[in-house]
Amino acid sequence: MADILQLLVAGLATGGIYALVAVGFTLLWQTSQTINFAQGEFVMLPAFFVLIAMGYFGLPFWPAVAVGGAVSVVVLGLLFKKWMVDPMIRHGVLPLVIATIGLAILMKEMVREFYGADAWPFPALAATTDVAVLGAVFSVQSLIILAISLAVVAALQFFLNGTRTGRCMQATAQNPTVARLLGIRVDRMILYTFLINGALVWVASLLITPIYLAKFTNGEWLGLYAFIAAIIGGFNQVRGAIVGGLLLGVVDNFAAAYISSQYRTAIPLMILIVVILFRPQGLLGRVEERTV
Amino acid sequence: MRRSIFAVALAALALAAGTAGAADVKMAYVGEISGSIAVSGGNFRDGVILAVEEINARGGILKEKIALTLYDTQTNPGVARSQMQKAIDGDPYVILGPIFSGNVKVTLQMVQQAEIPDFIGGEAAELTTLGSAYLFRTSFGQQIGMPKIANYIRDELKAKTVALIWVNNDFGKGGRDKLMKELAARNIKLVADVSTESGQVDFAADVVKLKAANADAVFVYSNEEECARIMREARKQGLKGPFVGDTTLLSQKTIELAAEAANGVVGHVGLTADAPIPAVTEFAQRFQKRFNYKPDHNGIKGYTAVYAVKYVTEKKIGKFDRKALAKIMHGLTITPQEEPGILMETTWDNVGEIDRISFLAEVVNGKQNISKVLPKLGK
Repeated sequence: MADILQLLVAGLATGGIYALVAVGFTLLWQTSQTINFAQGEFVMLPAFFVLIAMGYFGLPFWPAVAVGGAVSVVVLGLLFKKWMVDPMIRHGVLPLVIATIGLAILMKEMVREFYGADAWPFPALAATTDVAVLGAVFSVQSLIILAISLAVVAALQFFLNGTRTGRCMQATAQNPTVARLLGIRVDRMILYTFLINGALVWVASLLITPIYLAKFTNGEWLGLYAFIAAIIGGFNQVRGAIVGGLLLGVVDNFAAAYISSQYRTAIPLMILIVVILFRPQGLLGRVEERTV
Repeated sequence: MRRSIFAVALAALALAAGTAGAADVKMAYVGEISGSIAVSGGNFRDGVILAVEEINARGGILKEKIALTLYDTQTNPGVARSQMQKAIDGDPYVILGPIFSGNVKVTLQMVQQAEIPDFIGGEAAELTTLGSAYLFRTSFGQQIGMPKIANYIRDELKAKTVALIWVNNDFGKGGRDKLMKELAARNIKLVADVSTESGQVDFAADVVKLKAANADAVFVYSNEEECARIMREARKQGLKGPFVGDTTLLSQKTIELAAEAANGVVGHVGLTADAPIPAVTEFAQRFQKRFNYKPDHNGIKGYTAVYAVKYVTEKKIGKFDRKALAKIMHGLTITPQEEPGILMETTWDNVGEIDRISFLAEVVNGKQNISKVLPKLGK
């Protein structure tokens, strides 16, 4: 029982990070029809922004984190939109998808070339202590990761549902033409989405890098898992991305513990296939009609 | 006028030819500059570079400067083969690397056919049983290290049960098989046998399995990055040790990546920059000054390999002869008095296996503390 509880908490912690990244996927898709296959690399990069701020500019950790956040929002949010999405989206979704795949490779290789191919240690947000509950020992780090992930997602949900700007962003996602007619500044709402994604990947990076170390290859598997989580949960629903991320984290952990470590990557992919076959809109997604 | 131009052109050509005639001795490093073993491959490469720079600063080998070319296997056996072929096509005097045992295995025959001496960093036990007359280790194979660490587990830790976590590649499988044999021979029971993947980042489930085993000791046998991640996860989940390993668990890079999570791990190290040997300490200082980081055992491997080549070529052969070099290496012992760059007395046997003193160590406050020096097997 203790083992199951430990695996559940560890899985939810990892799943919380997947959820953050998957929410970014879905937000970008909903508001701007952007499928960003560089999302994994977007999570990899902020850790290196922080390391550069600490190593080359001599900043202490928390100021470096703040600088990393600002750079992430500007580079991975604003500049990504202005320099890649806006010029490419005119040509359709597929060219943009291919462009983001190229961007992922470029970012990965730039880190490898200019920073190094090695893994680098990254300071943890909390001490590596543990706490015993009901006979099970839980890592404080895992609990903090889970708490922060859920808090960020809850804050985002509140922002989207409980503020005027958030509701405008939702209106933009549902029908940009009508939103424009109603006086909503659609372009600005789309920009906000990209900025929010820049912030989400920054938070995800801070949570995951202390455990997995900063390495240029981190984005490969993380992007894949986040994409799978978004599809499983429902690509057109933020709630779906959250559920998909948490579910994936838990399933991955239990599969590794009770089925096979070697086939742990196959289990999420099998779930993806089943979901696509039997519920293609995702567990919480809604069916999208096509206009003919 | 035409004659002047012709004369000038001829002179320029002669000058260029004369410059080209000052031959360099070519060496090729074929190793893991990127990929999951980049930590090890990078260290080995930098050890090679430092040795090459030192030797070239003193005039080279037999008055010829070393021209080193780097080839990146990307820790991928398919890429390793193509890079090794490229290296062989460049007609090097010797090849240094690969370090990843899987890459050594797939390129071994190519090197054998090309008859080029190859100083590898791989430690999988089977590499020296595959019949290559041109393969030479730069560190112990697992068949040397595992009996020593098994004795330590039995005699010092007095452990009756061990939980093992290992990486599922040629290096990890070879080590696991050797360790299981040595533990069984000493009546130590293996109560958990957890395999993990190379490049794996999430070890939460694996550590839960280790905890459930409730063993007297936990043996961690993986590459440096994965060792660091395992230790971080183990400390995060409160897994009780002692944590034991062989070389990679206690390497400088693992300690750097794992930070305080590495404190308290114990094990056997074949080579270490913290060895109580002045030549090794001085090497580590020069390496740190040149590359701005402390070398691990792979840095020492790469460094001593180049000096071994220098010694044999200058002192034993007197010319650049690959076949003669390979022949003389078998059964050769080099002492630091004969060649200071070898750092410690080293012997190669007739299959390229290496013998040196080694060390038992513990990580204390982020540093390796050598607790015992173990003699060469041959003494």
